[in-house]
Amino acid sequence: MNSATVRTLLVRGMLAGLGAGVLAFVFAYFVGEGSVDAAIAFEESHAHEHGEELVSRSVQSTAGLATGVLVFGVAIGGIAALAFCFALGRVGRFGARATAALTALAGFLLVYLVPILKYPANPPAVGDPDTLAKRTSLFVLMIALSVLLGTAAVLLGRRLAPAWGNWNASITAGAAFVAVVGVAMAVLPQGDAIPRGFPAADLWEFRLASIGIQAVLWSAFGFLFGYLAERVLEPRAVRGRVATLAA
Amino acid sequence: MAQSTAAPTPTTQILTPLPLRAIAPWAVFVGVLMLVLLYFVGAEQGVTSLVSGEGVHEWVHDARHLLGFPCH
Repeated sequence: MNSATVRTLLVRGMLAGLGAGVLAFVFAYFVGEGSVDAAIAFEESHAHEHGEELVSRSVQSTAGLATGVLVFGVAIGGIAALAFCFALGRVGRFGARATAALTALAGFLLVYLVPILKYPANPPAVGDPDTLAKRTSLFVLMIALSVLLGTAAVLLGRRLAPAWGNWNASITAGAAFVAVVGVAMAVLPQGDAIPRGFPAADLWEFRLASIGIQAVLWSAFGFLFGYLAERVLEPRAVRGRVATLAA
Repeated sequence: MAQSTAAPTPTTQILTPLPLRAIAPWAVFVGVLMLVLLYFVGAEQGVTSLVSGEGVHEWVHDARHLLGFPCH
């Protein structure tokens, strides 16, 4: 149990992230691209001057989308594997697979779902290019806040657990997280307004697709990485189960 | 039910935490590398540009929108 184990888990995390990225890309292509095209059609119908097209739509929606989602998958896979190494044996009586699933759930909630409650994903045509700098820094700030407060909540829960029991400690830590994040969301400035006439159904469909892509990515990562990590950390448990199945 | 309580269940074994000293170097070097990847997918050629032009932005355009990053 040393540096070599961390390296093995890191490599497996990145591989699991790549695999999860493939699934997320397939989902994104079939579920998300329709609403991106609808938004671009809206953008073009509103006399928006355009420079020459650098990358065609058919490349953006296939190879471009795949590149972005796969690289994102590898990167979050590596970071989540490092978080898993920290969490292992430190967050409660969980085995490798359960720790991987919890890490993935925490990643989905803290890196994506909580930040987008304040700053939701926007399709093309929504968002003023002049405010991009402000929106980018607020989005990064929201992610950082959410991850820091989520980590603090886990530490709080672990500290309260011996005296209060796991159930009460977890609920208290969760409620504290919701309360502090809620205050942060109320204080931070609003995102951009939706342009007049942008179809509400297209916006809803786009945001739902975005949530779906991230849900596919993180859950696939959790299950794939749990399977791969267990083989490194608990080979006896894996062999025992295989023997039981074969008998 | 003496049997079920006596039988050791391998999945409930407590895993020993990995020492922080073993994690730290990987977390620093690979962690930073992964953040650079996220920057290129999520933000390059938006507010800041390390590579000139619009090529990177246009190439990952759809992924950037659908993954939730502010794109333009």
